[in-house]
Amino acid sequence: MREKKYSSVRVLKGTVSFLIDRKALLTLITLGLTAVLLFLFSTGVGQMYISPWNVLKALTGAGSSFEETVIFSLRLPRILTALFVGIALAVAGGILQGMIRNPLASPDIIGLTNGASLAVVSFLAVFSDSDNSLTVSIGWLPAAAFLGASATAFIVYLLSWNNGMSPVRLVLIGIGISTLLQAGTTLMMILGPIYRASQANIWITGSVNGSKWMDVQILVPVVVVLVLAAITQARNINVQELGEDAAASAGSRIQVQRMIMLLVSTALTGTAVAFAGGIGFVGLMAPHIARRLVGGAYGALLPVAAVTGAILVLAADLIGRTLFAPLEIPAGVFTASIGAPYFIYLLYKTRNSQ
Amino acid sequence: MLLKKSAQRAAGLLFFTLILLFLICASIVFGYTNTSWKMAVDSFLAYNGSNEHIILQTVRLPRALIAASVGASLAVAGVIMQTLTKNPLASPSVFGINAGAGFAVVLAVTLFSVNSLTAYSWLAFTGAAAASFGVYAIGSLGREGLTPMKLTLAGAAVAALFSSLTQGLLVLNEAALDQVLFWLAGSVQGRKLEMLKSVFPYLAAGWILSFVLAGKLNLLSMGDDVARGLGVQVGLVKGIAALSVILLAGGAVAVSGPIAFVGIIIPHITRAIAGIDHRWVIPYSAVMGAILLLLADIAARYIIMPQEVPVGVMTALIGTPFFIFIARKGFNSK
Repeated sequence: MREKKYSSVRVLKGTVSFLIDRKALLTLITLGLTAVLLFLFSTGVGQMYISPWNVLKALTGAGSSFEETVIFSLRLPRILTALFVGIALAVAGGILQGMIRNPLASPDIIGLTNGASLAVVSFLAVFSDSDNSLTVSIGWLPAAAFLGASATAFIVYLLSWNNGMSPVRLVLIGIGISTLLQAGTTLMMILGPIYRASQANIWITGSVNGSKWMDVQILVPVVVVLVLAAITQARNINVQELGEDAAASAGSRIQVQRMIMLLVSTALTGTAVAFAGGIGFVGLMAPHIARRLVGGAYGALLPVAAVTGAILVLAADLIGRTLFAPLEIPAGVFTASIGAPYFIYLLYKTRNSQ
Repeated sequence: MLLKKSAQRAAGLLFFTLILLFLICASIVFGYTNTSWKMAVDSFLAYNGSNEHIILQTVRLPRALIAASVGASLAVAGVIMQTLTKNPLASPSVFGINAGAGFAVVLAVTLFSVNSLTAYSWLAFTGAAAASFGVYAIGSLGREGLTPMKLTLAGAAVAALFSSLTQGLLVLNEAALDQVLFWLAGSVQGRKLEMLKSVFPYLAAGWILSFVLAGKLNLLSMGDDVARGLGVQVGLVKGIAALSVILLAGGAVAVSGPIAFVGIIIPHITRAIAGIDHRWVIPYSAVMGAILLLLADIAARYIIMPQEVPVGVMTALIGTPFFIFIARKGFNSK
């Protein structure tokens, strides 16, 4: 790693003070601008093209009323969902990787996504009558997904508790439970009606299609609160990454902190999955991309990962609805096709530094 | 670990091998068509061309042998991957094997309308090999050569890339989805003996290579520097280990399609039973992997008869409770 230059920030006469890594700040600003531009562009693209400038005008209330209607009632909910789902998944993945101290850790691997998938498939199978129509409102689907993810986290946590929770055991049990859940999902899809299977399949791949303001109203505040909670934990994650003994002797209350981190991570994943389905890759790879860009200190890593995640999902959604228009392809298909080549490039660039 | 002395481990291995042999016979006898043990023996000694004999010889026998070889190969490949990446979460799929195989098959189906299982098997093998060579090459970039971290990351990225491309192709072409869905679910059903015969040399080579490497893998698991200090040619050993993973997991995916779980779970179960010495872990894993897949395949025929459950689903249903038990117990005694 290159030597870092820090600037110190003191607020309230030194009550709150912290160091800012200048290079990380620069990276964050660059990525943030990219995200904003992508956001404006993506909002403008669709059946009717609106230039980014006009989008900006419409957003500030100075555009034509027709464009405002299109943007506010049709495009914006979907794009905001993509944005915040990306942030949620990336931060959730970042926390888990730090806590478990394994580069392969992600919300998928400890079964959160699979738990949500099983809940959704069961929901579709149980509540559909003989004519393949649902007997309850589809609006309950996110609730089912969230419930599935939380229940899975609870079970995995409970099973791996044994005089405290060790990350390795958590992951191993998580893998076991997640394959079991996946088996359950496959079984439900085979046994359930075929029409529901294809509907469930699209949900599992992950899509932000059809998001409404109602969803956004729940999603945005929840994600904002949880991400702030995650950032307050950044220091603790840094310490946890040193290993259990080092963290304990540095004065960390390891078990309590782990529980908080797991809770935040689960809540973020559960929320993201509830509104967008199982969008893969973001939770696993966005933190790695961030690590390659700004190094492993979590104070810088988490925000950069969050913005990276947002860019990934925004771009994936943009490509998914324009590349083969009018055919819509779930965003989950593209997150990896954009992210993976970039990640491999980063891996190549930083091949000698480790 | 449960078995501490060499004599105990040898006895344990013998015991599990006997179970394996019994399960192979059971897999031949049990199924939808009613057959008896006597009929099965007769079909080998005095083949009379009756319906039952035809089923025993052309359906059940290949299926049992394929399940056993695929299970054994996947488990051994899993052991090597976990040692090579020094990561307990690694499995052959981290090498991009399953994703590469799936992509090759789906690409060929959408572009060239290929639709024979034999063609699938060669496509899968090629795709698996190409993906894993790619992962290996990316993981070896840089001055230090192949490091576990780079291998793990490169593998995860390449696997994600290929599986998303596969998903994309399938979304665009729903007819192809119908055609390959049963292959993508992974199954040992309906495969001909010829398919096993054509990949068997690769699997056998993989087994032999990994048995030969076992001692070196013990040294490698202590870290590259220690291994080098003890006279191991680290680069060469890693290369051969990677080659045997490609042979084993590539061959397995070629016959049966991607079957998850066996490669990741069996090594942990084995280590809990027989310790961490690869000279024991590898043969144990081979036998346990074969047992799990045979057991899963037999159960898959009965659960929703006359339909069949994909065997990958069954491995998870059978293996998980046992695995959770071992994981809790194993870490308790540590």
